[in-house]
Amino acid sequence: MIFHKYANPTRFLKLASLIQPWAAAATVLLFLSGLYFALLASPGDYQQGETVRIMYIHVPAAWMAMFCYTAMAVAAAVGLIWKHPVADLAARATAPIGACFTFLALFTGSLWGKPMWGTWWVWDARLTSVLILFFLYLGYMALANAFDDPARGSKASAILALVGVVNVPVIKFSVDWWNTLHQPASVVKMSGPAIHPSMLIPLILMALAFKAYYIWVLLIRMRAEINEGKIRSLRLRQVHAGQPPDAAGDKITQAVN
Amino acid sequence: MKRKHKRLTFVGVALLLLAAAAALVLTAFEDSIVFFYSPTDLISKKPAPDRRLRLGGLVEEGSVEKPGAGLVLFRVTDTAQAVDVSFTGILPDLFREGQGIVAEGHLIKGVFMADNVLAKHDENYMPPEVAEALKKSGQWQGNEKEKTQ
Repeated sequence: MIFHKYANPTRFLKLASLIQPWAAAATVLLFLSGLYFALLASPGDYQQGETVRIMYIHVPAAWMAMFCYTAMAVAAAVGLIWKHPVADLAARATAPIGACFTFLALFTGSLWGKPMWGTWWVWDARLTSVLILFFLYLGYMALANAFDDPARGSKASAILALVGVVNVPVIKFSVDWWNTLHQPASVVKMSGPAIHPSMLIPLILMALAFKAYYIWVLLIRMRAEINEGKIRSLRLRQVHAGQPPDAAGDKITQAVN
Repeated sequence: MKRKHKRLTFVGVALLLLAAAAALVLTAFEDSIVFFYSPTDLISKKPAPDRRLRLGGLVEEGSVEKPGAGLVLFRVTDTAQAVDVSFTGILPDLFREGQGIVAEGHLIKGVFMADNVLAKHDENYMPPEVAEALKKSGQWQGNEKEKTQ
């Protein structure tokens, strides 16, 4: 496997600091252009009017909610099977980002549902399965941090992440398998997108912006996790050497920078 | 077999079994997972009048009557069968003839007494001018295409 190299945290840190500024720049540019098209330079819908603009946040957030969960489950599986420490960190760092995207999708969907459907919430298959996804993220985070030994936390939460992965195809196909109030897919479907190009362009730009944002924040979180690990091992070394915990504070600062 | 290969096989087999279990559960509970019944389902199932359920389909063209006092009478169709619906209250903005809707209530003597009506939105998004152009050129397939099974 080519990714073997990056299972080494030091090599990973080098690569991460190289990618991070590019991801940040891409996020800002894509959000600026995406929001310009989504809020100003795109038409209202023939049925929904201006309310359609909620879709430019809702749909990318929902896509990312599922994407992050899949990424988290794959990273957790790699950590569980091949014991790559960086994979465990990637899974841990993805969870809160994915949970935020899921919350955003649920929240904006609710705001759209009230004027369009006539209700904030219904227990149809799509909405319920996305709510379960949100709870899976919360459960994963709680379990990953419930152990004193981070390695044990990663192992237990990896199993939860893998069990929850069955929910991802259920979310995607819920609108095809059962009668739901939620509309079926518009963009990713066999007969091509059922959305006019003037609305598809801002949607795609916003989706790319969300993805770039994910990469950016993921790298920040993973670097923070690696530094946290370094601090933890330095502290442990001090304790074993019989030094008072504050004596080597400078050494820690040096190691982190 | 190396230990990591063992772990890989174990995770793979566990996921397959889990997917099979999930598929069985979801198939078994299909009746309670569906959000609404179509008129055809409703006529063939003949539910008891005290059972609260949801009816989904298209508002039949030319069937909406408003005799006054907030009362609305219309027919919901899935193009094969249709059910009469009676509702008193405020309808959602998207409610119109040919629109997909979901009504909640009870089926009493063949008439669906709804206490809540939700509008269903389809998967088509386009600017008003494009919708007009499609209607003019006769390529309009908006709501008729919506699935109602």
